[in-house]
Amino acid sequence: MLDKIKIFDATLRDGSHALKHQLELFTIEEYCKSVDNTGLDCVVVGHGNGLGASSIQIGMSKYPEQEMLKTARKNLINTKLGIYMIPGFGTIKDNLIPAIDIGVDIFKIGTHCTEADVMKEHIEFLKSNGKETYGVLMSTHMASNERLLEEAKKVESYGADGIIFMDSAGALLPDKVKDFITLVRKNTKFHIGYHGHNNLGLSISNTLIALENGADIIDGTLMGFGAGAGNCQLEAIIAILQKMGKLENVNLYQLMDTAEEIIEKEFKYQNGIKELTIISGMSGVFSAFKEKVKNAAAIYNVDPRDIFMELGKLKVVGGQEDMIIDVAMNLAQKNKKDATSYIVESLL
Amino acid sequence: MNKLKAGIIGTGNIGCDLLVKIQNSSLLNCTLFMGRNLDSKGMRFANSLGVKVSDKSINALIENPDLCDIVFDATTASSHILHAPILKNLGKFAIDLTPSLIGKMCVPIVNGEECINENNVNMITCGGQATVPLVNAVSNILDDVDYIEIAASISSNSAGPGTRANIDEFTQTTKMALEKFSKTKNAKAIIILNPAEPPIIMHNTIYIKSSDYNIEKIKKAVYDIEEKMQSYIKGYKIINEPVIQNDTLVIMVQVEGNGDYLPKYSGNLDIITSSAVKMAEMFALRRQGCLIK
Repeated sequence: MLDKIKIFDATLRDGSHALKHQLELFTIEEYCKSVDNTGLDCVVVGHGNGLGASSIQIGMSKYPEQEMLKTARKNLINTKLGIYMIPGFGTIKDNLIPAIDIGVDIFKIGTHCTEADVMKEHIEFLKSNGKETYGVLMSTHMASNERLLEEAKKVESYGADGIIFMDSAGALLPDKVKDFITLVRKNTKFHIGYHGHNNLGLSISNTLIALENGADIIDGTLMGFGAGAGNCQLEAIIAILQKMGKLENVNLYQLMDTAEEIIEKEFKYQNGIKELTIISGMSGVFSAFKEKVKNAAAIYNVDPRDIFMELGKLKVVGGQEDMIIDVAMNLAQKNKKDATSYIVESLL
Repeated sequence: MNKLKAGIIGTGNIGCDLLVKIQNSSLLNCTLFMGRNLDSKGMRFANSLGVKVSDKSINALIENPDLCDIVFDATTASSHILHAPILKNLGKFAIDLTPSLIGKMCVPIVNGEECINENNVNMITCGGQATVPLVNAVSNILDDVDYIEIAASISSNSAGPGTRANIDEFTQTTKMALEKFSKTKNAKAIIILNPAEPPIIMHNTIYIKSSDYNIEKIKKAVYDIEEKMQSYIKGYKIINEPVIQNDTLVIMVQVEGNGDYLPKYSGNLDIITSSAVKMAEMFALRRQGCLIK
């Protein structure tokens, strides 16, 4: 295990999913002040799907992203300010340049796990501006280990400082994490991060496995506040590492207090593995689809679990939230047909 | 009937698909297929169809300007910047399939008639060709439009290196087109690449926000556009009925390609080539009308 482990905190980004993107500016202020001295390397702020993702397709943010970033910027002194962006949602002109102007320090650019070449333009642009930049591969469970290595090497060739693997559906099993992290560590020289989701209860142990096999960035959230069943809970993984004699400079108590004061009291957030998050992990569908699946299930009177399983068969990827309505409508029609044919059959 | 002479610059998948569509047209005939490498797959394909080819790219046309009346540019935006003034000087009608945006933005069934009078038209993006006709038709019957958003999902296989390297241009250009052809200056475009096997067919969702909707009028307009689009791209299909959800109009359209040169799932490429050929045919009809007079 590497000696220097970085901690990237996605609470104010992934947590936006849990709030249907209604994050308040005063929460950003309060939160940033509270964690600025705890030893976190970076706090990532914004819409759940990153810059430029405030949309009907995913969900509208309560505040413009630039307001959110400016608020965070004012309140982070020791910890770096980070953003996340998925090309195809955000662009260099509309989103990255304004973020640079606001003074964002760290840029994470994400694509589906097989589409890294789409981020080339953005990583090269950011590196030419001297910015610390990471490539992010989403839904890592959907590609083979060899393919993940191939994509990671592309990201390295674009000049990124590191790569972060997201288990967007919380669907990765421990053996796979161990194998692909080992493979990527052996064949690349840049930083490797792991961003786990807890749909199947594996986010913390998978993060530990990633660290033991060569990853050096933990990407998680306080209380696991985030999409679906939530993320790798930072307090827990930090406590585990402190038991192992690592990360002794991180102020765990302060992080716990922040989690309690802000996430628990303000948002009444309770993380937990529930039926829909398990189904999301089982079907391999992005956790953040949960709320929209619940809505569509209610509108079209179908079982939300059926919607998830059907989306899994269609291999939808993050961003394809419009397919939820499509699938729900089709299931509703199919149910109607089944009912009709049942009546017809019973008449025969 | 005399067919109008068409040239194609660019011998990749788009150039080849254009070639098949042009050769199937009753109004057009491909008289020059221009690229840089006689050994490329596209060149060999054109040769096999008996079409005149050249590896001198646009210089072939400069040497022999009478060979074509219309020129399709299926190269890259940076190449088209060089080609555009040459084509203008030669007096050719240029149909630009690159994202250069030099010419007027063109969606044949929306502003094709106006575009005939231009010397250079731009085919925007696949997402633009798929969604602008619907956005425009619906916008025209609504009193006000506050916001328009489109999400286009395409298969990774059908997004060539050009699209992948220029996803920012795709996003910005599609957004510009939505704003140009509707009543709002507040639009957003989203593109998603999906690597699933078998490849997904291009799927577009359009969201429109207005203060009031007449859903029956909207449905009529939407199905009317579907029918018009099907006249030049058969696989253009409204899936599920347009609905109002959370005060937002939602329209979904799927685009399956014709399978001429490109596989059927790449409806995103087919809609650009089909629209370009449709534009050329409109130009050809006008030209013939002039000749008859």
